[in-house]
Amino acid sequence: MKERLEKILTEYERRPGEVIPLLQQVQAALGYLPREAMLAIARFTGVPESRVYGVATFYGQFRLTPIGKKHILVCRGASCHVRGAPRILQAIERHLGIKEGETTPDLEYSLETVACLGTCGLSPCIMTNKKVEAKMTAKKVAEHFCKDGRR
Amino acid sequence: MTISFQELKRRSKETWKALRGSRRPTILVGTAACGRAVGASEVLEAFRRELDSRGLEGALIEVGCTGLCYAEPLVSIVKPSRPGVCYGNVTPEKARELVERCLVRDDPLPRDALGTIGEGRVDGIPRLVETAVFKPQVRRTLRNCGFIDPVRIGDYVANEGYSGLARALEIGPEQIIDQIKRSGLRGRGGAGFPTWRKWQLCREAQGAPKYVICNGSEGDPGTFSNKLLLESDPHSVLEGMLIAAYAVGAGRGYVYCPAEYALALQRLETALAQMEECGFLGDRILGSSFGFRITIKEGAGAYICGEETALVECIEGRRGVPRLRPPFPPTSGLWGLPTVINNVETLACAALIAQRGAEWFAELGTDKSKGTKLFCLSGNVKHGGVIEVPFGMTLREIVQAIGGGTSDGRPIKAVHTGGPGGGCLPPSLLDTPVDQDSLAVLGSSIGSGGVVVIDEDACIVDLARNSLDFAQREACGQCVPCRLGTRQMFDVLTDISRGRGQPDDLELLAELAEGVRLGSLCGLGQTAANTLLSTIRYFPDDYQAHIQRKQCPTAACTLTADEEPDPSLSLLGRGE
Repeated sequence: MKERLEKILTEYERRPGEVIPLLQQVQAALGYLPREAMLAIARFTGVPESRVYGVATFYGQFRLTPIGKKHILVCRGASCHVRGAPRILQAIERHLGIKEGETTPDLEYSLETVACLGTCGLSPCIMTNKKVEAKMTAKKVAEHFCKDGRR
Repeated sequence: MTISFQELKRRSKETWKALRGSRRPTILVGTAACGRAVGASEVLEAFRRELDSRGLEGALIEVGCTGLCYAEPLVSIVKPSRPGVCYGNVTPEKARELVERCLVRDDPLPRDALGTIGEGRVDGIPRLVETAVFKPQVRRTLRNCGFIDPVRIGDYVANEGYSGLARALEIGPEQIIDQIKRSGLRGRGGAGFPTWRKWQLCREAQGAPKYVICNGSEGDPGTFSNKLLLESDPHSVLEGMLIAAYAVGAGRGYVYCPAEYALALQRLETALAQMEECGFLGDRILGSSFGFRITIKEGAGAYICGEETALVECIEGRRGVPRLRPPFPPTSGLWGLPTVINNVETLACAALIAQRGAEWFAELGTDKSKGTKLFCLSGNVKHGGVIEVPFGMTLREIVQAIGGGTSDGRPIKAVHTGGPGGGCLPPSLLDTPVDQDSLAVLGSSIGSGGVVVIDEDACIVDLARNSLDFAQREACGQCVPCRLGTRQMFDVLTDISRGRGQPDDLELLAELAEGVRLGSLCGLGQTAANTLLSTIRYFPDDYQAHIQRKQCPTAACTLTADEEPDPSLSLLGRGE
C-alpha cells in the first residue's frame, strides 16, 4: 500500500486544495480510505490530520472501511421514491441479507442509498459500480441476484 | 499554430454537410446516461454487428439525449432519399429489424416511428417537431442535444458554436455584460439572480486572478437537465464559461460536476482537450489578448455544495460548509478572490445570447423571467424527460400537454416542483403560469426545474417525509436549528406515517419549520421545510387521515415500517 500511495502522491502538488482529489484517487485505488492513507495525505498537503479526517467524513463519497466488489446505490430521489424505490431497496436488502449502509461479510456487496442519480425520467433506478439500471422492478432485482447465485 | 476561427468554421461546416448529406445512410444512436441505463450501448453494438455482418455501408454516430428519456434508447436513421426517422424504445432485436427493413428493404416502418427529423415528409409518420411532446416546446438550449456528436467540437462549431465567443471578443467586456443585462437573463439554478449583476460586480471587484466556476452540482432530487447538457452538448456550456471569464476578466475556471455523472465528466474531459487543440483555451484565445484555463472538479457527494460558498469551500479542499455572506463570491470567492459562479444552464443561455443577441433571447418569457427554461419531468408521467419551454407556460400544459399526464391515465394528485426546497401543488393550481417568481406566492418554486408528477398511489405525507429525510441527511451541520430541526421534523413525520401522530403535531411542525427557516445561514435550511409546509397547506385531509384515523390512504406508509408491507393493515395494526 505504501508504494501505491507514494505513486499517487507524486502526481499532485503539495497544496491544501488537493486534499479532495487525493482522497478520491486513493479511494479509487484502494477501495476505501485507510488511516495510513489519510495520514500520508495530511503530511503531503500540510493540512492537519484532523482536517483531512473531517473532509473524509463530510462527503458521502468517502468511506473508511473496505466495500464490496459490487457497490449498489439505490436512488431515493423524489421521482424514484414515488415510483417504488422503497420497495426496491427492501427487495435488495432481503436478497443480500444486509441493510442500507452495510457490506456482506464476504465483501461481495455493499448497499447504500443515494440522494439522486439524475435518471429520474426512467425511475426507479439503481447504480451498480457506476452503471445505472433504470425502470427497476422487484422482479428485475430478483433476476439480478439469481444470476449472481444469491437466492 | 492553430487555424483561425473562420477557417475552423468553414472546415467544420464542410465536414458536417458531407456527413449529413452523404449517400450512405447514417444511424444516430442516443447514448447519453439515460439511454445507457436502458440498454443503448447494447443497441449500438447490435447495429455495428448487423452492418458488419451484412457488409452494409452506413455511418454509425453516437449522439446525446433529445430529452425524450421515456422513449430511450432512441435511434434516428437518415437516408439520402428521405428525412431522418426517429425510433423509440429500440432493443438489440429491434436494431436488427431496423437494418433489415429500413436499410435493406427501404421500409421506414411508420408503425414504430416517433417522428421525422428535418425537411420533407414520410407517409404515415408525423414530423417530430409536430408531435405532442415537441410542439409546445421551444428548443433553444437543447437545440443540439441528440442531434450532434458531443465528442466532436466540429459538430458544435458547424452549428454556430463559439460564434458567441468570437462576437464577445469583438465587442468587448462592457458590451457583452450590457447584452446579458438587456437579455434579462437570470440564474437558472434556483435563486434567479440577474446574471449581468454577478458579472458586473466581479468585473468591478479588486483582486486578481479572478475565477469563473461552472456549478454543475445539480443536487435537487428530480433534476437532470444539467447532466443532459453536459453529456449532450458540453461545448455550449463551456462557451458560456469563456464568455463569462472574458466579461469579468478571469483567467482560470473550474467546472464542478458530481462524481455520479460519470459520462458527463468524461465528455467534459474530451471537450476541454478539443478546445485546447482548436485554440479556445490557453493564452491568446482566438488571437486576442484573452487567456483562460479550465480544470474539472469532481464532486464528492454533498448536496450542500450546490450552494455557492460551500462549493468554493469544496474546491479549496475543505468540508463543504457555507460561508457567512456578505462578502459575496463576486467580490470574495475562491481563495478570497473575485469569483463568478454560474449554473450550467445559465452559462449555456449566456452563450446563446452572445450568438443570437439580447433581443432575440428576450422575445420569449414573461416580464421578469426572460427566455426559455429546461424542466425535468419525472415521477408518474407518461413522457418523462427534459423539456424546454418559454417562461409563462402553465404547469398544466407542461404536465398534461407535453408530459402526457400520468403513465397509466390515472388522475394527478399533486405536482412537486423545485426539489426539496420547492413545494407540492394540487391539480386546482396547475393553471398558474410558471416563471421564476410566480410559484413562490403559492408556497412552491421552480427551483432548478424539477417537476415530479404524483398520482393517487403515492402518499403525500410519505413524500414530505422523504423530503425531510433528504434535508436531515444533507444538512452540513453548521447551523444548529437546521441540523437538529430537520431531524426533528423528520422524526415527527415518521411518527405520523406510522400511526403515532398526535393532534398537535402539525402545529409543532409549523413551529419547527419557522425556527429552521429563520435560524439557517443558507438556502438548504431556509427552504428545508417548504415541501412539508406546502403539503400541510394543500393536503390537510391526508395528514388528518394519518393522525386521527391512523390510516394511510395509499398504503405507502406501511412500507416505511420495518415489517413486510401489507396494504390491508391499518397503521395501528402494526403492533408498534
